[in-house]
Amino acid sequence: MGSSLPNPQLDAQGRLRHFLTIEGLSRDLLIELLDQAEGFLGVAQQAVKKVPLCRGKVVANLFFETSTRTRTTFELAAKRLSADVLNLNISTSATAKGESLLDTLRNLEAMHVDMFVVRHAAGGAAHFMAAHAAPHVSIINAGDGRHAHPTQALLDMFTIRRHKGDFSRLRVAIVGDILHSRVARSQMLALKTLGVPDIRVIAPRTLLPAKVEEAFGVKAYHELAEGIRDVDVIIMLRLQRERYRGALLPSEHEYFQLFGLTEGRMGAAKPDVIVMHPGPINRGVEMDSAVADGAHSVILEQVTNGIAVRMAVIAMCLGNQRRADEL
Amino acid sequence: MLEAPRLTIRGGRLIDPASRLDVVLDLHVASGRILALGAAPEGFRPDRILDARGRIVCPGFVDLCARVREPGDEPKATIASEARAAAAAGITTLCCPPDTRPVIDTPAVARLIHQISKRHALARVLPIGALTRGLEGETLAEMAALKQAGCPALSQADRPIRDTQVLRRALEYAATFDLPVFLLPLDPDLAAGGCAHEGLVSTRLGLPGIPESAETVALARALALAEQTGARIHFQRLSTARGVEMLAEARARGIAVSGDTAMHQLFLSEHDLAGFNANCHLLPPLRTLADRAALRQGVAEGVLTAICSDHQPHEPDVKLAPFPETAPGLSALETLLPLGLGLVEEGALDLMTLIERLTLGPAAILGRDLGRLEPGAPADLCIFDSQLSWTVCPETWISRGQNTPFMGQTMRGRVSWTLLGGRIVYER
Repeated sequence: MGSSLPNPQLDAQGRLRHFLTIEGLSRDLLIELLDQAEGFLGVAQQAVKKVPLCRGKVVANLFFETSTRTRTTFELAAKRLSADVLNLNISTSATAKGESLLDTLRNLEAMHVDMFVVRHAAGGAAHFMAAHAAPHVSIINAGDGRHAHPTQALLDMFTIRRHKGDFSRLRVAIVGDILHSRVARSQMLALKTLGVPDIRVIAPRTLLPAKVEEAFGVKAYHELAEGIRDVDVIIMLRLQRERYRGALLPSEHEYFQLFGLTEGRMGAAKPDVIVMHPGPINRGVEMDSAVADGAHSVILEQVTNGIAVRMAVIAMCLGNQRRADEL
Repeated sequence: MLEAPRLTIRGGRLIDPASRLDVVLDLHVASGRILALGAAPEGFRPDRILDARGRIVCPGFVDLCARVREPGDEPKATIASEARAAAAAGITTLCCPPDTRPVIDTPAVARLIHQISKRHALARVLPIGALTRGLEGETLAEMAALKQAGCPALSQADRPIRDTQVLRRALEYAATFDLPVFLLPLDPDLAAGGCAHEGLVSTRLGLPGIPESAETVALARALALAEQTGARIHFQRLSTARGVEMLAEARARGIAVSGDTAMHQLFLSEHDLAGFNANCHLLPPLRTLADRAALRQGVAEGVLTAICSDHQPHEPDVKLAPFPETAPGLSALETLLPLGLGLVEEGALDLMTLIERLTLGPAAILGRDLGRLEPGAPADLCIFDSQLSWTVCPETWISRGQNTPFMGQTMRGRVSWTLLGGRIVYER
């Protein structure tokens, strides 16, 4: 009855088999993935934007929630590795037909899919699929409920490293709806694992989960100016419209007044601060257009980096599979 | 039905919380009742002698909350399947919450459950009547008729009444007939959408939380109404330290309230959700280690006078999904006694207190003449070997629901015989 379960993402040799969460992954493994992604960054500059690493493998994008950016970058990443890609947008109406997630998995496994990239509204969906997947199949978590979005976090770490180099002296602030954010959870774990000493979360109390400081080793702030003072990195989170209905916030207007990032407020941060956002941005809610498009913004770079990072994750998981076959 | 046999239970250690008896003595049974303790009456010729040497003989367990799923959810379980599991677990009385389909809000449904239960005659299955029609929390159920049809108490199962005026009236009306009301203290708005204790683990796993206040707010409201109306409320399945404290304060002030907790709450905690273990998806949710410690203390000190199983058998499919989409509940009859003995082994309770919380305590809440070893009382008995160890495994599991987080674990304590009204309903 403890919490010391074996890490479900690693194989018996401790190699990455599934990519479900940052939790339980070592610093070395994250660095290895970041280094590999560095190598893949150049592929997009080639005349033929492909490497033959995963030829003959089939990757299925299984999206139970709509997404354009994440699905597209996963698709490009798999294609640049020369894998075949299946896109399955399973809207909520398809689940209403009664097919369980397990049946969907079994059916696709019967079509000899090697890897599933899964997005699902329920936390733990990727873990559930990994627990029931055939031994030759890998699961990549592309976002499950409020739980995790580990490739997003990894691409954010990649972007931070390209700009800041060393993680061990950084101050990083994450601003916005931490409560509902799988991105923030994965980012906090990744920043911690990589040795960032000062991680801050900034939000009104209604948007911070219980015991967040203890759970993730971060410091909570309720005021933007104080929270971003002298930080190297500001990560803004997307604010969903439905938060007003749940009595979590009074209005967009008040939110922007208190937590919206403007050029003026950015003065509290370090002069070379970078501003990030997992997208899509609500301009005028989370940040001013002047910030989103300004000199400190690395938001579009994040998108580009996302492809390289996802290539690294896919290649490592499929590569470990191949070695497992040969054993 | 066959005439109950004359039995002598020889050489067992009798434990009877009502008389504080703990002694090795013979016990004699005739006509479905306890005939005598110690020497047999002159001329008594048993049909059979049960050799209980080295075993404990105590009243059969009374479980205040166990779903049997019949009528309406027979793919999950039936009265027959769960009564068989109960018999094997030494449980002789099961109280079945009213959220069957149809709901137990008419005498017909209550009688149906009594009839089926009597036909199988493996356990007393007592239907708890609905407090409001259809459990919808709007209009009162016909409580007097339900009482007449054999409902010992009323409840809303897991569907708390939102409207405080309706709750007040329901409590007053129930009090008219001296019917105890079983309430799950859970504020439906604070609990809405949640599937785990709001705290460290739910924050890490990103699971929507159910805060402690979902329990304490509901308790505070019901305690205020109990005080004003004089209604007898029994709070079921308490899960928080603060809840135990509030109940203790209310009892100390003389309010007619009682409480229980589920056995698993005394062993598991939020940390058992690690890896999204769907068998630990429970309602109320597993809370912190501090809550668990306070619940144990509450049971030991008698703030909580009963421990229930909160048995909720499920078919495998409803647990085969991502955690938030699984149905809450665990199959718990067969682990009730061994887990309880675990508490004794860990020093959290003494054996007498454990047996009291499983027999006399819940029987008193029901207001039934059960749970005691005295001449003339119904011979509902459990005879068990407290040292025998066994492993929880699908092959020997009897309940149709195999949804237990204890699967694969080795436990100590196994029932040798269960007697219901003087008849042997289980032996191994």
